[in-house]
Amino acid sequence: MTRYIIRRLLQAIPLLFFISLILFMLMRASGDPVSTMGGRRQMRPEDRERLARQLGLDKPIIIQYVYWLIGNDWTKVDLDGDGVAETPGTRKGVLRGELGKSLVKRGQEAWDIIWERLPNTLLLMIPAEIVIVVFSLAIGIFSALRQYTLADHAITALSFIGYSMPIFFVALVSMYIFAVKFKEWGLPYLPTVGMFDPKVGKTRSQVALHMILPIVSITVISVAGYSRYVRSQMLETIGLDYIRTARAKGLTERSIIFLHALKNAALPLVTIIGLDLPLLLSGALVTERIFAWPGMGRLFLDHVSRGDVPVVMGILMLISIAVVVFQLLTDIVYAWLDPRIRYE
Amino acid sequence: MATLETVDLGSASQIRRESLTVRQLVWRRFRRHKMAMAGAVMLCLLILYSFGGALFFTEEYANHTDTSLRLQPPSREHPFGTDTVGRDILARTIYGGQISLLIGLSAVVISIVVGVLVGALSGYYGGLTDSLLMRFTEAMFTIPQLFLLLVMAKFLAGKVPTIQLLGRSFSGSVVVIIGIIGITSWMYLARIVRADILSLKEREFIVAAHTIGTRNGAIIIRHILPNAMAPIIVAATLGVAAAILSEAYISFLGLGVQPPTATWGNMLEGAYNYIDSAPWLWIFPGSLIVLTVLSINFLGDGLRDALDPTTIT
Repeated sequence: MTRYIIRRLLQAIPLLFFISLILFMLMRASGDPVSTMGGRRQMRPEDRERLARQLGLDKPIIIQYVYWLIGNDWTKVDLDGDGVAETPGTRKGVLRGELGKSLVKRGQEAWDIIWERLPNTLLLMIPAEIVIVVFSLAIGIFSALRQYTLADHAITALSFIGYSMPIFFVALVSMYIFAVKFKEWGLPYLPTVGMFDPKVGKTRSQVALHMILPIVSITVISVAGYSRYVRSQMLETIGLDYIRTARAKGLTERSIIFLHALKNAALPLVTIIGLDLPLLLSGALVTERIFAWPGMGRLFLDHVSRGDVPVVMGILMLISIAVVVFQLLTDIVYAWLDPRIRYE
Repeated sequence: MATLETVDLGSASQIRRESLTVRQLVWRRFRRHKMAMAGAVMLCLLILYSFGGALFFTEEYANHTDTSLRLQPPSREHPFGTDTVGRDILARTIYGGQISLLIGLSAVVISIVVGVLVGALSGYYGGLTDSLLMRFTEAMFTIPQLFLLLVMAKFLAGKVPTIQLLGRSFSGSVVVIIGIIGITSWMYLARIVRADILSLKEREFIVAAHTIGTRNGAIIIRHILPNAMAPIIVAATLGVAAAILSEAYISFLGLGVQPPTATWGNMLEGAYNYIDSAPWLWIFPGSLIVLTVLSINFLGDGLRDALDPTTIT
């Protein structure tokens, strides 16, 4: 097992290099970040040239990638434009833990900007993941135990609809019902914008209240999909011999379902939840935009349109590493839960 | 087939059954799948809506702005209301539907071509080709699709000029969106095709084809791919729904198809700013997206069951 983990980690290294190279080239080729720096004023061409030189944007893209990766303090750069490289570089590069300075928020380290937003995104993602697991298990088991009844058919129909909805539609519908209509009807309504009401301040209850609608939007689609999955797994497990044995021994239905059947039926759920991270991150991107939630997704959207390479690359690499790590963790947890599986 | 139902003896129906072609068998199984039939009918109606509706409204009308009529609620004149610059939403959902469906279908064509190509090469040749292509597939899988789409949309924004086709002009952004959705959604299909080919290429009929000297390309196209058709058809059907959703996501985020060309996705852009004052801005295009995706999902589900050779009829 240890050898398997080490091999997988070693395989991940070229993968991440490859991803970073492609993304860096796409990002750098997609526009000139200097063009928006002057604000409304038209920038003089010589200023523009000087800025590009200072930021290292005048170099060929592949050199820029190398500087981004390993820094440029081992070489000299030409800052005054006379063709002679005389000033020693100061950047340390991603591999030595420096993403570089943001091009949009001048002077701020890209990592600090991302780090500031990361907890807000996690605050949505972790509860969302818990909600997804709990609700898909509950709904899936409920409808498996009532196979072909009216409730089961209703859940099937609803989950098909839920599964076909784009996140923003779920968000808009839930906003419309729970914020707009509830307000109209004089019921207690939910807030739709930001993390807290500026009049009340950032208290725990305020943040929790503002979290409800974003989390609903992220989870509906996954719950709809996974509850179907849990249902079919549960039905398959209930039909197995060992469950019949448990019944024959006279165990209570409750302990048969929740102790014996659930253990095996919920096992494959581990894999999908682990591999679901990319989907959940994309969901967070849309949700943060709609609900003006100050997370990493919104940061990405704001900075990608202005070509802020250090911040955008930082977010993308963070996500890619998270996805790779989660894939590996999923495999490990799965092997640990199911002793029949052995990796070599 | 009508006589089949009247024959009740097991042995007699056995003989009749052999006379059915694969296509007839699939059609029969598909017809019995109620949800799939409902999906197919619903999809036909939606196609009729987007293409038949064009007979009643011109595209100029759909793109005509009149700011004195902005944010009008649904009325006799504008059954779905008007948007933030006074365009008629009904006409825009019709033309937007055409573009959304067009994007869904063309993006899937690209993703099938790339997916089948990568999967077939990788599965058939194995070795270094396989491991390189599969590493590449893995890399594409690692970056969440929406993030990749946004970076690519930014990369290609404004680089493709407006195209004139069949007397209509398509904004270059439509072509860009089709392309980027196509090249970011083939990975799943590539893996299915690869797995299928790995199991097929050891079979006797492939070995036989080799021995009589058939070339590799011909073996892949003539002998292997027809046998791997079922999962490709299902993945392609569901892929159309996924592509329509992807388009809606990027357009919703403002990096997709640029106005005045309407799509169901870009009609929703910024609609959340009018959540309490103008709900008709998002209810109609949003519901059309959900209906389309829902019916395609039903259809795909039915096809999966109908094409599965292990199910008994």
